[in-house]
Amino acid sequence: MRLVTHNMLQCHVRGCNVNNYPLQLSEVEIEIQETEFNSQFLRSMIRKLEWSALINSAREIGITTLPEVLPDDFDEDFLRNIHRVLLETHIQQGKMTCPNCNHVYLVRDGIPNMLLNESET
Amino acid sequence: MRLKELESSLQDLSGFDEPKITLEQYCTTPHLAARMLYTAHSVYDDIESKVVADFGCGCGILSIASNLLESEFNMALDIDLSALKIAQKNCSNYEVEVDFVLADIKSDSLYQWKNKVDTIVMNPPFGTKTDKGIDMIFLKKALEIATTSVYSLHKSSTREHIKKKAKEWNVDCEIIAEMKFDVPMMYKFHKKKSVDIEVDFFRFSKKESRN
Ligand SMILES: C[S@@+](CC[C@H](N)C(=O)[O-])C[C@H]1O[C@@H](n2cnc3c(N)ncnc32)[C@H](O)[C@@H]1O
Ligand SMILES: [Zn+2]
Repeated sequence: MRLVTHNMLQCHVRGCNVNNYPLQLSEVEIEIQETEFNSQFLRSMIRKLEWSALINSAREIGITTLPEVLPDDFDEDFLRNIHRVLLETHIQQGKMTCPNCNHVYLVRDGIPNMLLNESET
Repeated sequence: MRLKELESSLQDLSGFDEPKITLEQYCTTPHLAARMLYTAHSVYDDIESKVVADFGCGCGILSIASNLLESEFNMALDIDLSALKIAQKNCSNYEVEVDFVLADIKSDSLYQWKNKVDTIVMNPPFGTKTDKGIDMIFLKKALEIATTSVYSLHKSSTREHIKKKAKEWNVDCEIIAEMKFDVPMMYKFHKKKSVDIEVDFFRFSKKESRN
């Protein structure tokens, strides 16, 4: 799971509707896998992501290089860094905790498990 | 990549180890999968450089086909971990990257996926007696999320119902192809191993995205 995908995960325990995003990452194991750089794609993707959620999540996995506020123009250095963070950083193992209800979702072998048991949905 | 090449390169995928009948686990054939994705790519330009999601990805054939046609970011979800593990292995054999999520389309709102995914491709379960209408749940969710279009397979016998729903949901729909599909038997009391059913290959598109 990469941070792009993590940026789309939200707690869905029944009744947990506010402050349930982003899921807090902890006890993570990370792997870097290089992939082709495409600046045009990054430019459009960055605007679609929730930036403040992204910088929080990045910080939780030890990445502190993202600016607090999304810059107006993206220079090459910024895009290269974003490429690394969004597309090359894979969370292989870890815990994702809902900031509201504390439900824990696990990431195992790169796959986040968003299933709930019946009493929770 | 040409259609023929795409189809032949999809031949080497592994299928389900122990298909779960209740989840309607069977693979789209390389022939069909190649045609679905090739059409989405060459006629509608909905794949190259796009964010593509695959709902009920099974062993991942649609995501892999999409990758081979140069989609930029692929996400695939399924309710079954063992299917995702096979899909993961298939992807590493093909050297393509897909982010997998273990999730249930029926209960997960996928709220944050909205507006981040361009195109959704899927071969949803058609729904058995106990799980009627599950393909419509897949379709509704896919249409809420995709910014551009959804490609999906549905039983031809439900064609009018689907067209009616598309109208109700304010999306355009067109049938790209009608096909026969060899579906493994989902009901225990049937004697035959599989049946041919007629299936429509639909493209649904958001009206807003037309300009
Ligand atoms: C007909 S198979 C298609 C598999 C694959 N997409 C392909 O084209 O070869 C349907 C898939 O949907 C998955 N599925 C069934 N119910 C689901 C649900 N509620 N949520 C997510 N996936 C589901 C099954 O596990 C199965 O892999
Ligand atoms: Zn929660």
